[in-house]
Amino acid sequence: MYLNKIFNKKNTVLLKALIVTDFKLRYQGSSLGYAWSLIKPLFLFAIMYIVFGLMIRIGSIEHYAVYLLVGVVLWNFFTEATQQGMNSIISRSDLLRKISFPKYIIVISATFSALINLALNFIIITILILLNGIQIGSSLAVLPLYLIELYLLSLGLAFFLSALNVKFRDTSHIWEIVMQAAFYATPIIYPLSLIADKSNVLAKLIILNPVAQSIQGVRFSLVTKETATIFTYFSNPLFMIVPIIITLSVFIFGAIYFKKSSEYFAERV
Amino acid sequence: MIHNDKISVKVTNIKKTFRLPHEQHSGIKQLLINYIKGIRGYEVQKVLNGVSFEIKKGEFFGIVGRNGSGKSTLLKLIAGIYKQDSGSILVNGSLTPFIELGVGFNPELTGRENIFLNGALLGFNNQEVRSMYDEIVNFAELENFMDQKLKNYSSGMQVRLAFSIAIRSKSDILLLDEVLAVGDANFQKKCFEVFDQFKKEGRTIILVTHDMNSVKSFCDRAILLSQGKIISQGNSKEVSDSYNFQNIEKKVIKESNFKNPIKINKITVTSPSQTSNNSFTPNDELKITLNCRALYSTSRPIIGITVSKVDGLKIFEVNTNMDRLDISTLDKGDYLKVDFRIQNILTDGEYIVTYNVRDEYGNLYSGENDRTSNFYVKGWDYTDSLTHPVSSVKIQINKTGEE
Repeated sequence: MYLNKIFNKKNTVLLKALIVTDFKLRYQGSSLGYAWSLIKPLFLFAIMYIVFGLMIRIGSIEHYAVYLLVGVVLWNFFTEATQQGMNSIISRSDLLRKISFPKYIIVISATFSALINLALNFIIITILILLNGIQIGSSLAVLPLYLIELYLLSLGLAFFLSALNVKFRDTSHIWEIVMQAAFYATPIIYPLSLIADKSNVLAKLIILNPVAQSIQGVRFSLVTKETATIFTYFSNPLFMIVPIIITLSVFIFGAIYFKKSSEYFAERV
Repeated sequence: MIHNDKISVKVTNIKKTFRLPHEQHSGIKQLLINYIKGIRGYEVQKVLNGVSFEIKKGEFFGIVGRNGSGKSTLLKLIAGIYKQDSGSILVNGSLTPFIELGVGFNPELTGRENIFLNGALLGFNNQEVRSMYDEIVNFAELENFMDQKLKNYSSGMQVRLAFSIAIRSKSDILLLDEVLAVGDANFQKKCFEVFDQFKKEGRTIILVTHDMNSVKSFCDRAILLSQGKIISQGNSKEVSDSYNFQNIEKKVIKESNFKNPIKINKITVTSPSQTSNNSFTPNDELKITLNCRALYSTSRPIIGITVSKVDGLKIFEVNTNMDRLDISTLDKGDYLKVDFRIQNILTDGEYIVTYNVRDEYGNLYSGENDRTSNFYVKGWDYTDSLTHPVSSVKIQINKTGEE
């Protein structure tokens, strides 16, 4: 019923138009155009492979370059979705001041652009998985759940941050710093076992972060069963619910805060 | 909901305030400083202060007022872009969601792509836009430009394109903010044809403008806003007259604290060779007559008239003091007739006569200037300047160059 209202014809038409426009304009004027969406992750992989595959080896995880690429790609999605979502309301102020329409469409369209990028990156990842001869088993079935978790968390944060950013323009700078710290607090370039060797409690805390859960989960189902997950550090599997609860709370809080603030966006942006 | 289905918009006692931040920067630092110092970081400005009116179905309704009077805010409230502090707005029927032409146009996209984008803002999907695409392009007369980027369009072309899309909107109520300010005469003519068509279809149009000519020629009714309140409403002629009048009265030199003791019942403008009603030829003698009555006894008032262009530009003022006429004492209820005779040095155009009453020291009495008279001058074909003072010209031609 409520979803029906949110995604009625008018809103979906507008959402689609905004996403398409964003995508069209992204590589506007560059001669390679959309190909950049594929070239960029390819080069990212090449760099990862040279630096971490050939020069520095951290830990002993198999297919380490692909493992790293998956982590970095997902992290980039998280950064892109939250940052673009955060700035979307301000950058679309021209529309807000002149047209009446549900404001969440703007935030969703910004995160969707990040989602399209993620999908393109996954094309490259799939190719690399096949080239590396990685066997994918039944664990693939849970992959969408981890991606949905990451998307919901990103969207919830984007709702909250975009509304806050209208009030305090410092938000975007603060978020940048938070993201830099969070990058190292998430097991992206290092294996979690490295932390667990020093402090088991810290490793437990790190894996309870929803971003870590979803990145490790995707790695587990796509790259290698050696990936550390919540089940590695907690004997009680029910702990896997904690990051999910965090994600849902962030999403609900973000959406409510956004809805409350959105009535006054037009006069404040 | 609205029970009477003849009403399309009903606005009841709308109030809206804006917070104007003192510092342009809205940052956390400023917030902390303000919090510690215990000051509010903003000023509250009342933009609309209790506005109520009704718009009937099929009406062409004007909202007029000077800059900052709150008219655009009112339109944005009706459109649902802003939210009112209190009061209610009931809308009967669907509403165009935009108030300006070409909202969302992207200069980096082609004309064709912009049609689809703008169509999406009106709620049309690709298929629907495709079916009306040719009509849009034909109406905008831009057949050869559709594959060019919008940034290469002239502003006139952009407006034409935006307008051609906007009129496809199927909504019952159209909101337009200053659309007529752009575009050339040809475009305006096209707009009006479309508006006429909409009126025939029984759709409602709400126009915000300060162009009194379009109000007079198109609006059925209008309201005049000033400082967030309706100060005049009714048929468009009346409202545009009060608008012009409001512009004239903005400079009050010094208001006396006393209420105007003299009520002006009638202002008439006549001339010996008057051709038609209210229309005068240059060099005529204008006779402007004020019929007044004293509301209470007073001594030595000065009564004057001001002639202004209809857009508010004051041209001259004459009063009884200039001719050293002394209206010694008036008793309550006395009738008074003042005749001014003026050589008509005005050029073609519409003029407005207003009156003023001062005390013997020249201080203007307060009170509403509720009586005006309009007249036209026609037949001065030589210049577009304001006046042609009585002058004499002599011509000398000689072949020798001697003075």
